[in-house]
Amino acid sequence: MLSFTSQRLLVAFSVALTVSIVAFVLLHLSGDLATAIAGPEATVAQVAEIRHQFGLDRPITAQYFDWLWHALHFDFGNSFYYRDTVVSLVVSRLPVTLTLGAISLALSLVVAVPLGVLAAVYSDTIIDRLALGFCVLGQAVPTFCLGLVLIIVFAVQLRWLPVSGTASWKNYILPSIALGWYAVPAVMRLSRNGMLEVLSSDYIRTARAKGLQPSVVILKHALRNAIIPVVALAAVQFGFMLGGSIVIEAVFNMQGLGYLAWEAIARNDFPVVQAVVLILAVIYVALTFLADVANAFLDPRIRLA
Amino acid sequence: MNVTAPAGTDAATDALREAAAARPTLRTAFLRRSLRHSGLVIGSVTLLVIVAVALAAPLLAPHDPYAQDLAHRLIPPIWQANGTWDHVLGTDKLGRDYLTRLMYGARISLLIGALTVLISGTIGTSLGICAGYFGGRVDSVLSYIVTTRLALPVVLVALASAALVGSSLEGVIVVLGLLLWDRFAVVTRSSTQQIARTDYVAAARAIGCSTPRILVSEILPNILSALIVVATLEMAHAILLEAALSFLGLGVQPPLPSWGLMISEGKQYMFFSPWVIGVPAAALVCLVLAINLVGDGLRDVTAPENRG
Repeated sequence: MLSFTSQRLLVAFSVALTVSIVAFVLLHLSGDLATAIAGPEATVAQVAEIRHQFGLDRPITAQYFDWLWHALHFDFGNSFYYRDTVVSLVVSRLPVTLTLGAISLALSLVVAVPLGVLAAVYSDTIIDRLALGFCVLGQAVPTFCLGLVLIIVFAVQLRWLPVSGTASWKNYILPSIALGWYAVPAVMRLSRNGMLEVLSSDYIRTARAKGLQPSVVILKHALRNAIIPVVALAAVQFGFMLGGSIVIEAVFNMQGLGYLAWEAIARNDFPVVQAVVLILAVIYVALTFLADVANAFLDPRIRLA
Repeated sequence: MNVTAPAGTDAATDALREAAAARPTLRTAFLRRSLRHSGLVIGSVTLLVIVAVALAAPLLAPHDPYAQDLAHRLIPPIWQANGTWDHVLGTDKLGRDYLTRLMYGARISLLIGALTVLISGTIGTSLGICAGYFGGRVDSVLSYIVTTRLALPVVLVALASAALVGSSLEGVIVVLGLLLWDRFAVVTRSSTQQIARTDYVAAARAIGCSTPRILVSEILPNILSALIVVATLEMAHAILLEAALSFLGLGVQPPLPSWGLMISEGKQYMFFSPWVIGVPAAALVCLVLAINLVGDGLRDVTAPENRG
């Protein structure tokens, strides 16, 4: 278990390091930083001075390690647009995105796992067909279209819920449905397939032969083993949701991390973009690492393989 | 089946020939299975119709997709009270015919889907086939690259890169092509590992075939059906991402009639005329649904063991 964990930790660290290089390159491809910082009215001499002041005339590798050193201390420099540090911007926006992601994940699991179990228990019946059909349809509906449709129906026509913003918990309902929708097909398919596999195993036949109630067999014996791969997938999906929330935040005007990144891209505010890319990637790496370890802990076959 | 039996056993050869003739060939068996798969049939027919409309857009479209007519702005579609037959699906905020723009928009979606898959498929297949065939260190490096790629938030990186290369049709295709190769690599790798263990690959190696030749003429043809399935799913993925990028204003730029852009332009009118976003959204769902049905259907027909 220890060697498995340390090996995974090493991979996670090196992936995070590689991602940091990508994020750094992204900033430097965005154009001449000295000109961007100096603003449109700066003279050539002023730009040169800023170039020297910010260390932009040094070799690119030195700049990278310098940037990485600061990033490791949660210092991502200043935004070009806001008179604020990137870190304080990110910290003020992160809660919205994390809340949205967490609710979306919870919603999708609550819908997808029971649906998957039902589809497996009643496999090759109309219930199974309907569940799979729902998945195929679900995958074809883009999240932003779903978000707009939800706004039109529940916010504009029925007036049940607010259109946009983050003022109260009610504001999170529609965006969470739209964002959680995306994860439902994958989670459902995985829990259905896991359940099908477990249900055909010997120990389930034994449990049934003992005369246990079908509900006890399914919930207590089968689901526990079938749910293991879903844990890993849920972690991965949470990472995808944090990245994908940019679209939903734009649709619902939510001032989260994605909205910040969207605005920053449109304004060429690349220190912010870079920081958001790096933070989301590191969160994803950490989540997959935790999921791997949790999986290995729950299922000894994985860590021995 | 080899029907060159030695002479002298005429009855036996005749029986064999008859059996061979009665047995359906692989191709007809495949066709029969495909036609019995309702999802595949519905998906392919829908997809063919959309492709045909996209190709024949200049002939079919009732208007010019870029012709503005400010006197006829936001005319509702035919099923609403003020609809006219002149603009069956209504007009947008600049008075451009919605049906016409929808038809031309299909060209953009299909073009982006096809070209993106061409780029990402080439990258992913090359990486996956090398990792699967050579294994060992090559394999470790590839899985490391895939892990890193998966850690990058796709929508965000695509948006940022599209902004960097300048938001345009070509830019979106290149950016998506360079981002969406991961599933190709993963599927190619595992299929190649299976094929590389077979006897006919060992035989090819034994008669002295070069490695490139084994990869191209022994392995590639045998993983093709798995690749086609991934290609359809990735095509749908690319089309959805393009719509999202264009919706966020950093994908295809106006006045091109991209469906994502039509939804984005209609957003400010959606409270009073929901059909402004409903029509392009429905088109998008139809196209993606059709492609996914074809992909799922092909998987069921070619490799039923991977269903689910």
